[in-house]
Amino acid sequence: MATTATPESLPVHDDHAHHAHDDHGAPPFFQRWFMSTNHKDIGTLYLIFAIMAGIIGGGVSGIMRAELAAPGIQYLGWWTTFLGGDGANFDETLHLWNVLISAHGLIMVFFMVMPALIGGFGNWFVPIMIGAPDMAFPRMNNISFWLTFFAFCSLMISAFVPGGTGNGAGTGWTVYAPLSTSGSPGPAVDFAIFALHLAGAASIMGAINFITTIFNMRAPGMTLHKMPLFVWSVLVTAFLLLLALPVLAAAITMLITDRNFGTTFFDPAGGGDPILYQHLFWFFGHPEVYIMILPGFGIVSQIVSTFSRKPVFGYLGMAYAMVAIGVVGFIVWAHHMYTVGLSVNEKMYFTAATMVIAVPTGIKIFSWIATMWGGSLEFKSPMWWALGFIFLFTVGGVTGVVLANGGIDDNLHDTYYVVAHFHYVLSLGAVTALFAGWWYWFPKMFGRMHSEFLAKLQFVVFFIGVNTLFFPMHFLGMQGMPRRYPDYTPAFELWNKIATDGYMIMSVSILIFFVNVFYSLVAGKKAAPNYWGEGATTLEWTLTSPPPFHQFETLPVIDDKAAH
Amino acid sequence: MGIRRTVQIIAGAATALAVLPQAAFAAVATAEAPVAEATAAAVTAAASGGYVPMKPTPGKGMPVEGGIWFQDQFSPIGDYGLWMHDALLMPLITVISLFVLLLLLWVMVRYRRGKNPVASKTSHNTLIEVIWTGLPVLILLGIAVPSIDLLAKQYESAPKDALTVKVNGYQWYWGYEYPDNGGFEVISNMLPEEKAIANGEPSHLAVDNRMVVPVGVPIRIQTMGMDVIHSFAVPSLWFKLDAVPGRLNEKVLFIKEPGVYYGQCSELCGVRHGYMPIAVEALPKDKFEAWVLAQGGELKSADKPAAVTPAAAAAPAAGATDAAPAEATAPAGEEPAAAAPTA
Repeated sequence: MATTATPESLPVHDDHAHHAHDDHGAPPFFQRWFMSTNHKDIGTLYLIFAIMAGIIGGGVSGIMRAELAAPGIQYLGWWTTFLGGDGANFDETLHLWNVLISAHGLIMVFFMVMPALIGGFGNWFVPIMIGAPDMAFPRMNNISFWLTFFAFCSLMISAFVPGGTGNGAGTGWTVYAPLSTSGSPGPAVDFAIFALHLAGAASIMGAINFITTIFNMRAPGMTLHKMPLFVWSVLVTAFLLLLALPVLAAAITMLITDRNFGTTFFDPAGGGDPILYQHLFWFFGHPEVYIMILPGFGIVSQIVSTFSRKPVFGYLGMAYAMVAIGVVGFIVWAHHMYTVGLSVNEKMYFTAATMVIAVPTGIKIFSWIATMWGGSLEFKSPMWWALGFIFLFTVGGVTGVVLANGGIDDNLHDTYYVVAHFHYVLSLGAVTALFAGWWYWFPKMFGRMHSEFLAKLQFVVFFIGVNTLFFPMHFLGMQGMPRRYPDYTPAFELWNKIATDGYMIMSVSILIFFVNVFYSLVAGKKAAPNYWGEGATTLEWTLTSPPPFHQFETLPVIDDKAAH
Repeated sequence: MGIRRTVQIIAGAATALAVLPQAAFAAVATAEAPVAEATAAAVTAAASGGYVPMKPTPGKGMPVEGGIWFQDQFSPIGDYGLWMHDALLMPLITVISLFVLLLLLWVMVRYRRGKNPVASKTSHNTLIEVIWTGLPVLILLGIAVPSIDLLAKQYESAPKDALTVKVNGYQWYWGYEYPDNGGFEVISNMLPEEKAIANGEPSHLAVDNRMVVPVGVPIRIQTMGMDVIHSFAVPSLWFKLDAVPGRLNEKVLFIKEPGVYYGQCSELCGVRHGYMPIAVEALPKDKFEAWVLAQGGELKSADKPAAVTPAAAAAPAAGATDAAPAEATAPAGEEPAAAAPTA
């Protein structure tokens, strides 16, 4: 690519680096991990946090799948007792179900996918990829992490305080009023809302940090149009966070005042409207789903390019497709609300606007394939995951085109078809991208090579497991099984049973993941600076594995010929 | 057993695909005229006697074991929606997914390192980028046209003299109010599993008192939530409309043939969300009227079209085509007359 940037005004930072020579290494343990201002350490903290949250969120879905394996209520009573409730009280066990579905959604969205992709990989690699020594606001970075941590604590507390019929918030992750206001007495929902407030504040600060870093701290010659696509993806994501989360904050603040201070924003008895909450929530909620998938797009772009030994095809198209997805993502929210009683004009508009998103998404899929076209493909483990991502995300994407049609959604809305759709794009899309990124960068982050065999085996088992788990949900949804049901008529048993089998296969893949992580950390070979070889061209591959505690004390200079 | 069923369903879907748009449009067209002839024969002299709940036909109006497709549809909108899915969307998304899969497999085989050791440096091709931007736009336009038309059809308002049934969502049961027939309300709770099975009905779906409606005529369904949001959904009628507190949502329901059609609440509404099913029983007009009388209701003077519509039915401004679902602020705190949830 031709470029006009000439790094003539290279700021001289060398003298500064010499000053800091004596405190070169890492600070002592407590200071390093609890008062951290280093983007790599904070990234690591986020990744550890996300894995822990993922174990809990995934464990919750295990309870759900076990319960759904057969009609009737089998295990909820035991779990209610186990969690300190009254398992003999049928309503209380049913309340636990609602707590589980809410917790699963909230944990996976706010405390697993977002911290891992943005907090983890974003923190680790955005500064490195743009040639910056750290994030723009290192202390704010630290606050972001710890707010996320305490947000998670608040969510966990909510599960053990009264929330109406039993302990915990049983409102669904969407926290719709009036179920979340007049329908849920007790402090559990307040704790859950507080968790969202804290996590939201953390994310807003994170977004400010990323935007500032990317706009101001690029190394000489690293123009916006030369940035690696992962950095682009985090930049777009940060803008989505910055614009969407304040709306969520407003909506849930109104929930809090409706619940506790007698306001009636969402209560028709006082002139409010429950649908207003849904508009506000989904104005945040729809960009949120792109927040979860865009960094995955970025990761997959890096991996596909690396293992094809080719620059990304249509770089500008790829970057601006993400920008387009981000922009259009803000004007399609009411497709989550097709059945609430929208007017025909609203429904027609949102149908048309939603389908537009398929265009930039298609550009991305085709550009990945075109990147590989003519390449010299090497099938290392991250490439397996990236290829899996492209296919699974396509399947999840096309069912989105079906659901985009308001008239079709009348039948599919709030059924398992929707559950299948968003798990294909998130659980199979975002999470697959997460594992792809993990095995791509794991040796870079921790300095030890992982087992390629185990990472590939994990992929195969995961691929079989998640497809067995989620594909039958399309059938259940088309047959009419509603979401968020703990129990069902026997006609739905077959596919529910198979989905539960799929869960068990999938959980084996998670086991393989942990075996690989522990094996690599203990016995993995030391990783070279650029262990993927020729195709890996971004700046993290110019550093040692793991990178020094402070990198780029002399800023790298990106010359005109450097590829992205 | 499961596999045979699956094969049957796939075969059924294939036939559905073969029956192209004409059939669907024809079905929509017939909706204009009541299909009274077909059902008239079924009417017996016993109509004036007691109402006996209809035995459901296995596999009709309910999910089938191991089913992988939509339930059979019994409304014109359902026919149209199913056609759009089966003949347009499903083939399209299948082809796109397979196309992407084939491309992936092709590049994996053709451009593996062993076969192609030196990568090309091509990173742009304006023509192909224009094509893969423009072609999806055209495909989406192709989808948008029937999609918008389907929406327009779904929002056609009921005729002025159509029967109104007000569906009230409660935690955790349904109330069916008949404002045109004296305003009685039928409270509908889920039947316990043993009772449902004894009745020959699917468990989790059977109810004690069904929503009984006449077959072959447009019915004005108005939904409202009495405590939290519920959603009135019947998959085999392609019908789903949220019942929201403080709002009166409206939509036309047209059932083509007599039968029992099951559905379930489709918006999370609290602990027994999974246990407030819906059963709609569509009956010929005289049987429906007998049922109304048995409920202590009165008959609407339907023979006189010029008659003044009852007050409740007059609420939504008929003829306002651009804002079909009438929304009105309801009297707050409306209490169900007599209702007790199941034990």
